[in-house]
Amino acid sequence: MKCLIAALLSILALTATAHAQDSMPPAPYAYQQLDDPGQEEQAQALMETLRCLKCQSQSIADSDAPMAGDMRHQVRSRIAAGEEPEAIRAWLIDRYGDYVSYDPKISETTWPLFAIPLILALVAGLLLWRRIGRKKGAAT
Amino acid sequence: MIAEIGLAALWLAAALAVLQLVGGVLAVRGQGELASVVRTSAIAQGVLAGLSFVALLWLFIATDLSVKLVAANSHSAKPLIFKLSGAWGNHEGSMLLWVTVMALAGGLIALVERRLAEKTLLATLAAQGFVAIGFYAFILMSSNPFERLPIPAVEGNGLNPLLQDIGLAFHPPTLYFGYVGLSVAFSFAVGALVTKSVTPDFARAMRPWVLGAWVFLTLGITAGSYWAYYELGWGGWWFWDPVENASLMPWLAATALLHSVSVLAARDALRTWTIMLGVIAFSMSMLGTFLVRSGILTSVHAFAVDPERGSFILVLLSLYIGGALALFALRANSISEGERFKLTSREGALVFNNVMLSAILGIVLLGTLYPLATEAFDVRVSVGPPYFNPVGAIFTLPMLLVMAVGPLLRWRQDNLTRIRLPLVGVAVVMLATLAVVVLLGAYSLLADLGLAIAAGLAIAAFLPLRGRNLLRVPLATWGMVVAHFGIAVALFGMASESAFSEEKLAAVSIGDTTQVGPWDVKLEGVVPVAGPNWTAIEGHVIARYDGGKEVVLDPQSRNFWAPPQETNESQLATRWNGQLYAVIGNQAEDGRWQLRLWWKPFVTFIWYGGMLVALGGLLSLIGRLATDLKRRRALRRRELRSGEAVA
Repeated sequence: MKCLIAALLSILALTATAHAQDSMPPAPYAYQQLDDPGQEEQAQALMETLRCLKCQSQSIADSDAPMAGDMRHQVRSRIAAGEEPEAIRAWLIDRYGDYVSYDPKISETTWPLFAIPLILALVAGLLLWRRIGRKKGAAT
Repeated sequence: MIAEIGLAALWLAAALAVLQLVGGVLAVRGQGELASVVRTSAIAQGVLAGLSFVALLWLFIATDLSVKLVAANSHSAKPLIFKLSGAWGNHEGSMLLWVTVMALAGGLIALVERRLAEKTLLATLAAQGFVAIGFYAFILMSSNPFERLPIPAVEGNGLNPLLQDIGLAFHPPTLYFGYVGLSVAFSFAVGALVTKSVTPDFARAMRPWVLGAWVFLTLGITAGSYWAYYELGWGGWWFWDPVENASLMPWLAATALLHSVSVLAARDALRTWTIMLGVIAFSMSMLGTFLVRSGILTSVHAFAVDPERGSFILVLLSLYIGGALALFALRANSISEGERFKLTSREGALVFNNVMLSAILGIVLLGTLYPLATEAFDVRVSVGPPYFNPVGAIFTLPMLLVMAVGPLLRWRQDNLTRIRLPLVGVAVVMLATLAVVVLLGAYSLLADLGLAIAAGLAIAAFLPLRGRNLLRVPLATWGMVVAHFGIAVALFGMASESAFSEEKLAAVSIGDTTQVGPWDVKLEGVVPVAGPNWTAIEGHVIARYDGGKEVVLDPQSRNFWAPPQETNESQLATRWNGQLYAVIGNQAEDGRWQLRLWWKPFVTFIWYGGMLVALGGLLSLIGRLATDLKRRRALRRRELRSGEAVA
């Protein structure tokens, strides 16, 4: 019984904090650009390739979700502190997994994404060569 | 009563589809006397399905709340237009719309098609019946739109507020017309495979359906993209979202099919290729329906979610596509390739681009399905613009270049030196544009290449008209010119948006002015406003382009209460050379308001281009139909005359 009450209480506490998080004002850089246009451009390019984890098929650069705002704040303040965009991406992937990045890099789980287009290009070339290359001889 | 009539009509239509299939198969196998049965049942099936859909519309207009679907999706106080669109703005209704359009198309074929060999026509109608049976079964077993409630509801539930938008009311049916058109093309392909007669006449019979489907798909995609652009509030116009891809893939296949079928009609070449594309195009429509309707995706568009129905569609998908591919594998060898041609010929260019289109289709398919496949193994990856854009460009850029040259080439065999002058001209325009763009300071490789190719293509699109009497150019040729020009216009818009867009996020007090690109934007005030099912704060924003005339914008941040949802209603100031996109966000603690502003030069060209492409398709369609009618009339006159001669 005690266990149950403790569990209930902790759930209550959790929902309470979650609620508090949602109603907190957005982090400063969620809706504010960096002063240095070069840095802002870097941040923007990176944000467009990061997935908003709470949304459906949107990048953090096009989302109103509070979490996307927090992530934009992270990206902008890290860029401002001089971090490389790819280092920030790696840090986010470390925390949230490959899912957070819209820019898949070749890895154990993603190699078909790159191998198949290569095969497609080869097949396309072969198809053209067979259909047209051979015809050339046949037609003349 | 109306609901029962609708349901009875639907059952009868399903029974006729079975008759159409069985009769068609028997007739093709030699019992020719059944031919009239097949034709008649195709026509009657169209009428009955139409009746069934009219019954559903009636129920929605009358807001008959004893019908479950009406109670769930309508409301007595809704404006008439949204009552009507409510009929197809849900799963059951949209499936009924699909099968109705398909049945009407089948009836139309039975009624007017006279060019096809009788056997091929019967096989086509049988295939059409076969596809329809699956959809009837799906509706009658798992998505009956006419189901009654045990106790009538007191009031309807209404319709998702996001869907109460005039553009969105017509977006899904537009795509459906496209999908159904491709189902007709599929039936033609199957019919031709069955009778092994792939001829130019067959291509001419199939072409209007492909053209029509393609026009609807083009319009649907264009409208969907504009909707996402103004509704989502961040200025993006294409997200490579799986639902968007689901509509893009049939379009890519239909584009390839359209060009292939034209080669078959004009030159009797590319026979197997055309049949193959016919099968693929409809597969992509089915796949699109499956992705959207099954709830396998969770995306901005997935309003309808129901996994059970998903598996039904998946079974249908594998049945039809597997069956057609098996038939294709059995028969492909017995269909000869048709007329031959050289690499530098109109056919050569068209084949090249068809292969490129197919490769692009392959990449979109891969990028869309791969995350779903890995998710099944609990590995979650995301594939987005950074993948689709460059990988797609590998095939898109060569395709666009060949597209500029192809229409200038002659059929069968040609020589590039013959068209040296226009080629050099187009190349110079492209290089000059590239130089200008780089000087303007845009350093995005893809966007710069896009702008250069767009400029060259815009000119190249009109070159097929050179040296011709413009009044005597066939309408179909005008169609091609307009559609190709439309592609150039849309490409220009896309590349310009990507290269030159400027973004400004500003926290402003009332009375403050901020700048974005050439615009000065002043926040005059913020007022609360209320709508029928929402409250909002509305910003009163005054914008001036380059110190010119004042433009007033009123972006809103809306709170819907049922269901609770916050949306940003963007406001756009459109000029000939682009759009200012304004969104108002929340108030910060210090009392300043969040303004999000974008200046997007020439962004509207994306959708103007899309509309031009659709217009080109429409011109082509009208031209082809007019020629067909003329030919048919001439044929009848000749028959009459020969009849008189005999007499």
